[in-house]
Amino acid sequence: METLKKNYWKIACMLLLIYTIWAGFMGKVPRQAILNETVRNLYFHVTMWFTMIFLLGTSVYHSIQYLRKSDIKSDLISNAYVETGLVFATLGLVTGSLWAKFTWGDWWTNDPKLNSVAIGLLIYLAYGLVRSSMPDEQQKARISNVYNIFAFVIFMILIWILPRMTDSLHPGNGGNPGFSKYDLDSNMRLVFYPAIIAWTLLGYWITNLRIRIKKLAYLISENE
Amino acid sequence: MLINEIRVLVKKEIQMEWRQKYAIHGLLLYLASTIFVCYLSFKAKQQAINPITWNTLFWLIILFIAVNAIGKSFTQESKQRNIFYYSIVSPEAVIYSKIFYNALVMIGISFVGILFYSWVMGNPVGNLPLYLLSLLLGSIGFSATLTMVAGIAAQGENSATLMSVLSFPIIIPLLLLLLKLSKSAMDGISMQENWDEMANLAALDVIVIVLSGILFPYIWRH
Repeated sequence: METLKKNYWKIACMLLLIYTIWAGFMGKVPRQAILNETVRNLYFHVTMWFTMIFLLGTSVYHSIQYLRKSDIKSDLISNAYVETGLVFATLGLVTGSLWAKFTWGDWWTNDPKLNSVAIGLLIYLAYGLVRSSMPDEQQKARISNVYNIFAFVIFMILIWILPRMTDSLHPGNGGNPGFSKYDLDSNMRLVFYPAIIAWTLLGYWITNLRIRIKKLAYLISENE
Repeated sequence: MLINEIRVLVKKEIQMEWRQKYAIHGLLLYLASTIFVCYLSFKAKQQAINPITWNTLFWLIILFIAVNAIGKSFTQESKQRNIFYYSIVSPEAVIYSKIFYNALVMIGISFVGILFYSWVMGNPVGNLPLYLLSLLLGSIGFSATLTMVAGIAAQGENSATLMSVLSFPIIIPLLLLLLKLSKSAMDGISMQENWDEMANLAALDVIVIVLSGILFPYIWRH
């Protein structure tokens, strides 16, 4: 009973994921010229970005906790969230690129939204470089957490404000309709919202495993 | 109190620069030779270069000079002296004074730069006051962002590489906004129609300055 109480969200995550994949591929979607079946990408592409922002945001929260309390555990947690966030960002980029090939006709277009995300990835890869360039444990933690907060603010400006100022081909930007315009009978919402929860829970789950590994590795290196 | 400390530190920076003039001379020479190299490699007859290229090239030159000039903010003074500063002034005063001083340097450099650049490459700008305003906002933004990055990079082992790798991705939002505003200035669009862009740039400058003030104390404590 105790395990069930602790792990019910993992079961929920799995059930929701199965539902997302089943309903995502089999469910009814509105027919549109050009878009056709690719509209299903909503469940697998947009949700990646939601999850990434959730993970990176949580990482910033733990970075602030580290700076306030100097507890090395918060640093490990924050680092794990950034790593999983990057995995989801890469998945978002790949699914987006696939979608672009079949609707825009090219793997990569010179679109502000795409470019912003590519720059964002560069910003976070530099985070990895900061971590590996510091020899001292405490110093590494302090500097990389400061950089993490700084990078997150710049990244949010980059993906939320800039693409809205210029013309973009991306749905929901530059006068293009987002999915809500097509989804008249709300069938897609029934899959989209559970999908967000499912992928976010999965991201949280993976990160928790990473955190446990990191904590163990830290304990081992302490005892040596 | 804080204002006082900042004033003293800025004065110290200016005096240090004034006593060993090679740093600022080096920057000016770097600026002049970069512009001249661009002029030669484009074989630009005056006005022959595409306005968009003209604008982008100028901002790239300013960006590289800014990375070079600001990158050394924290490495030029010895460790002992930094400990001395640490014990007598607040960290906020240190970062604000460095941002202020670097902004002064960047404003000077970019204004000299635009003069020399228009001399050799021609000047297709339609609304010069607006262009100068974008230079002013850009200098402040470059200085705020890069001073903070320099503070982070100075902690690492290979700080020159770290500085360039960290600064280029993080400066891009600012650079994109600047290119947009200065492009409107080149097309001769009036100031009234660019309030939005100017407000965005000013807001970004303020956000970065405030963020630096909050985060820098954690870097400084070492």
